[in-house]
Amino acid sequence: MSTPFISVKNLSFTYDDEETEAKHYVLKNFSVEIEKGSFVCVLGHNGSGKSTLAKLLNMILTPDEGTIVIGDTEITRPDMTEDDIFEVRRKIGMVFQNPDNQLVATIVEEDVAFGPENLGVPPTEIRRRVDEALATVGMTEYARHAPHRLSGGQKQRVAIAGIIAMLPECIIFDESTAMLDPQGRREVMNTIKMLNREKGITVLHITHNMDEAIDADRVVVINEGELYLDGTPKQVFSQVDKLRTAGLDVPQVTELFCDLREAGFSLPADILEEEEGAKLLASVLL
Amino acid sequence: MLKDITLGQYFPGNSYLHRRDPRAKIVASVLYIVVVFLCQNLWSFGFLVMATLGIVAVSGVPLKILLKSVKPLIFILAFTTVYNVFFHTGETLLVDLGFVDIYLEGILFAVIMAVRIICLLVGSSVILTYTTSPIMLTDGLERLLSPLKRLHLPVHEFAMMMTIALRFIPTLIEETEKIMSAQKARGADFSSGGLLKRVKALIPVLIPLFISAFRRASDLAVAMECRCYRGGEGRTRMTKLTFTLSDGLLLAWIAAMGAAVVLINLYLPGLSL
Repeated sequence: MSTPFISVKNLSFTYDDEETEAKHYVLKNFSVEIEKGSFVCVLGHNGSGKSTLAKLLNMILTPDEGTIVIGDTEITRPDMTEDDIFEVRRKIGMVFQNPDNQLVATIVEEDVAFGPENLGVPPTEIRRRVDEALATVGMTEYARHAPHRLSGGQKQRVAIAGIIAMLPECIIFDESTAMLDPQGRREVMNTIKMLNREKGITVLHITHNMDEAIDADRVVVINEGELYLDGTPKQVFSQVDKLRTAGLDVPQVTELFCDLREAGFSLPADILEEEEGAKLLASVLL
Repeated sequence: MLKDITLGQYFPGNSYLHRRDPRAKIVASVLYIVVVFLCQNLWSFGFLVMATLGIVAVSGVPLKILLKSVKPLIFILAFTTVYNVFFHTGETLLVDLGFVDIYLEGILFAVIMAVRIICLLVGSSVILTYTTSPIMLTDGLERLLSPLKRLHLPVHEFAMMMTIALRFIPTLIEETEKIMSAQKARGADFSSGGLLKRVKALIPVLIPLFISAFRRASDLAVAMECRCYRGGEGRTRMTKLTFTLSDGLLLAWIAAMGAAVVLINLYLPGLSL
C-alpha cells in the first residue's frame, strides 16, 4: 500500500445546540485514510455527518479537534495562510448537490472557465483546458448554451467540467446525484467512474444511494458521526443487519439473498449485481 | 406567462455592430446620446433621424422589434407632447381656448421632444443592448471601468453581481412558477378580486421565493469559494477583448455624426427652436 493521499485522524466537529446549549457532535473521533487514485464511496443516512466531512476536507469548515493531512500538507495546522487554503482547494475539487446553485456564468464555457480564471491561468491555457474538460464530460456541443436550458444531468456534468478544468487531484461529490432523475444519475455516475479510471483522479463519492456504491473500490459507512463500517462493497453489503441499524438499505439483490438465507437456503451473502444473483438463483433452482 | 419575459433585449446576429468590441459600443452609445442633445433645429433633427435609421439598417434589427421597445414609453411620450402643446408659449397663436393658448412653436417643440426621446431610446439601444449579449456587456463594462479600481471602487464585484443576477433570473422565474402552481394546488387564487386582493395573494409566493433565493445565495457562495474564487485580484480571463481599427471607426462615425450636427446648427440656422 502506498502512502495515503488524504489522512484524517481523530476528527471531531461540534455545534452548540441553541436551546439546550449542549454540544452536539456531528463527527466524533473520526479517522480514515484514502489512497491516491481510489474510488471511495461514503454512505450514511441524513444527518450522519457525511457532508460535514466533505466540507472539512475542503476547509469550508474547521474541525474542533483532530488533524487532516492532504498530500504532504496538514491543513488543520493553525498557521495556514490564505494561499495555503487556495492551494488545498485547487487540489480538491467539490461538486455539490444542487446543480443550479453552483453554476456562476450565463454561458456553459464561461462557467467552466470560472475556476481556471480564479487560479490566474493564462487565457490560451484556459481555452485549452475548457475545451478539454467539456470534451471529457461530453458537453462540447453545448459550449455556447445557457445553463438554465440544460437538464439536471447535463448541468451537473458542466459543474464537473468546471472542476476538472482546475486540474484537481481529487474530487469530492457531495450527494451530486441526489437531485437527478435516473437518466441524469446514470450520466453523472458514468462520468465519475471514467474520471477515476481514465484520469486517475481520486474520487470521494458521498451518497445515500446504495446502488451507486457497488462499483466503488471501497465503501465507508458513517453512522452518528462515527466510522461504522469500512471495506470493499462486498464486505460492507454482506452485513445487512448492521446496515439496517444504521438506517441504510442494501441493494435489492443483496436484500433478497439475505432474506433467502434467513429462510434457510445456503446462499452467499455478498451478491451485489443483479445478473450475478440471477445466475446463482438459476443454478440453485434448476 | 412569466416565461415570455426576455432577458435584456439582445437580438442575435452578426452585423457590423454585433461584431464590435463592447467597450467601443458603450462609449459609442454615450457619444450618440450627446449627439442627440446637440441637435438644435429642424434641419439637424432631420439629419439625426436619417442617421439613426442608417444605424438601425446596419444593425439588421427589424424596425418592428424596435418599435415594440418604444411601447412602454407611450404614456411618457403622450404626456410630454400634451404638456408642451398646451404650455409652451411662442409668437404664433393658433387657438385661444381661454384657459390655455396653443402656439405653433408649442406644437413644433412637442414633436421635436417626441422625436428626441424616440431617437434616444432606439439609437442607443441599437448601438448597445440589441447588438451586445448580456455577458459581453458586463465584460465590457468591467474592463472599461477597471481604471476606477485604483480609486478602490468595487468594479469587479459589480460586474460579478451583474453576471450572477443574469444567471439566476431564469432560475428564479422557473421557481416562481413552481411555487405559484403549488399554492394554486392548495386553493390560492391569483386571478380574481381587486388589486389589493391580488397583491395580497402574492405574499405566499414571495416569502418562499425569498427564502429559497437566500439558500441559493449561500450555496453559491460556498461553491464559488470551493472553485478558488477570491475576488478580482490575480484573476485572468479566458476571452480577451481586442480593440481593433473597426472598433475605432465606429467611434469615428458617431463623432462625425456629432460634427455634422454642430455644422448644421451653425450654417443652416433656419427653423431653430
